[in-house]
Amino acid sequence: MSNSELAMPAAISRQYSDWLRRERRDRLIVRTAQLAILVVCLILWEVLPRLQIINPLFTSYPSAIWPTFIDMLKATPQQASIQTHTLSTVFATIAGFTAAMIIGTAVAAALWWWNTLYRVLDPYLVVANAMPKTAFVPIFYIWLGATLSIYGMSLAISLFITVLMIYSGFQGVDPNKIKLAQSFGASKAQILRKVILPGSVPTLIAALKVNAGLSLVGVVVGEFESSNVGLGYLIQYGSQIFKMNIVMTAVTILAIVSSLMYLAIAALEKAVMRRR
Amino acid sequence: MPEAKDVFKVELRKVGLRYFGPDGETEALKDISIAVAPGEFVAVIGPSGCGKSTLLSLISGLVAPTEGAVLIDGKPVTGPNRKVGYMLQQDYLFEWRTILENALLGAEIQGLPMAKARERAAQLLTRYGLGQFLNHLPRQLSGGMRQRVALARTLCTQPDIVLLDEPFSALDSQTRLALADEITEILRREAKTVILITHDIGEAVSMAERVIVLSRRPGQVKSDHAIRFAAGNGGRPTTMVARDAPEFQDYFKTLWQELDIHIEQ
Repeated sequence: MSNSELAMPAAISRQYSDWLRRERRDRLIVRTAQLAILVVCLILWEVLPRLQIINPLFTSYPSAIWPTFIDMLKATPQQASIQTHTLSTVFATIAGFTAAMIIGTAVAAALWWWNTLYRVLDPYLVVANAMPKTAFVPIFYIWLGATLSIYGMSLAISLFITVLMIYSGFQGVDPNKIKLAQSFGASKAQILRKVILPGSVPTLIAALKVNAGLSLVGVVVGEFESSNVGLGYLIQYGSQIFKMNIVMTAVTILAIVSSLMYLAIAALEKAVMRRR
Repeated sequence: MPEAKDVFKVELRKVGLRYFGPDGETEALKDISIAVAPGEFVAVIGPSGCGKSTLLSLISGLVAPTEGAVLIDGKPVTGPNRKVGYMLQQDYLFEWRTILENALLGAEIQGLPMAKARERAAQLLTRYGLGQFLNHLPRQLSGGMRQRVALARTLCTQPDIVLLDEPFSALDSQTRLALADEITEILRREAKTVILITHDIGEAVSMAERVIVLSRRPGQVKSDHAIRFAAGNGGRPTTMVARDAPEFQDYFKTLWQELDIHIEQ
């Protein structure tokens, strides 16, 4: 121990190197614990059904998922391939939250522009946001048909919260920044473009985070009801014919898709926030 | 400039302002008449809440008076005017813009030729010692540096009139003294007409050649003092010299009493 300390460059004090080592150790503990939780869950999921402590018919097990997954890579006359299902769900989700972001920002901007409009619509927005949108799945199916109802549900579930979040972000921009722009003679459009929108970027990212998750919920729920593609459909189909392998494979892919979406948004956030 | 002697740069004629709210009307300013000559440096002091800042909102055209008229170069003010630059209490730099981009905000909004504005902004920033920070972000700068960027942003649009609303109130006392000195020098050199709002009597006396005292709400002109120093040889001494001049204490005492009377009432 003391030997390695002597070998340290003279510029780093012993206290500092101790501190660095503690930091590294803390990071390692957190990472190890995170990994351990995952591994323990997987082991329990594998072992408990195998020991017949829980019924494997209900849960399947991790080692059964991989072969199922390989199996499902090939499309059959009755069933599309797992790639098709996954892509369908991912595409609908991306379409859903992109639409929610664009429409949500536009609506929030309109509400900012016409304050009276906001005052009129405020209670409706709050109620629309609080409504359990999944209750509309059958209605959307009737109105919009099989494919469109999935997009519709994805949008419906994420749009209202997006509008509310972005609008409150607009409201949160320092009024003195607006006053400053006005003192230079800024028009309302200039205030929106140069102050409100760039000033709300952190809010936009927060909205995107919320949105991505909600859109995925909307898509999967929509697929339960109305589709013959998508991971939501697979879950529904697998449970109806009591093939838990299929259900659990779809759920696992959903977990992976969520994680990847989270990582992508975190990377975007980091890139944008570097400017601040 | 063949300007008529009686045309003031800024003139308030019997200006009154009332705010309306659900609980009733509030009279912020009452019967204010002030005339400021071109190139004059005027400070306005008064107890807090007397409507001093509102005065600047009126001159900048952000708020319209409920009574009377505000004139710039003899013409009534109807909205924000390009001749007027307004420096707020804090720098309010946009954290997503670089220093240079921040200094260009006004020029951008007013649609000035950008190549020239960019040159001017870079020049101003360099003159204020920020030459190597043009592409830095506001958070990388100290409070005093940030307020200098705000000054560059104000002057980049080349206003004749500069309104200063307690521009040093967010700074620590050393930075405050140094920056007051620096900004006064800059504004005098460029022969701007300046109206400074402050609650700091020392700041008013050392920076301005005329100090107007407002009464408590509703703000009315209580008195108007010319500030002269022997040390300047006819011109104005720097703020640092002014603070050491024998007249400084007298002016300070007079103004303090003016304010005090109204606090006692």
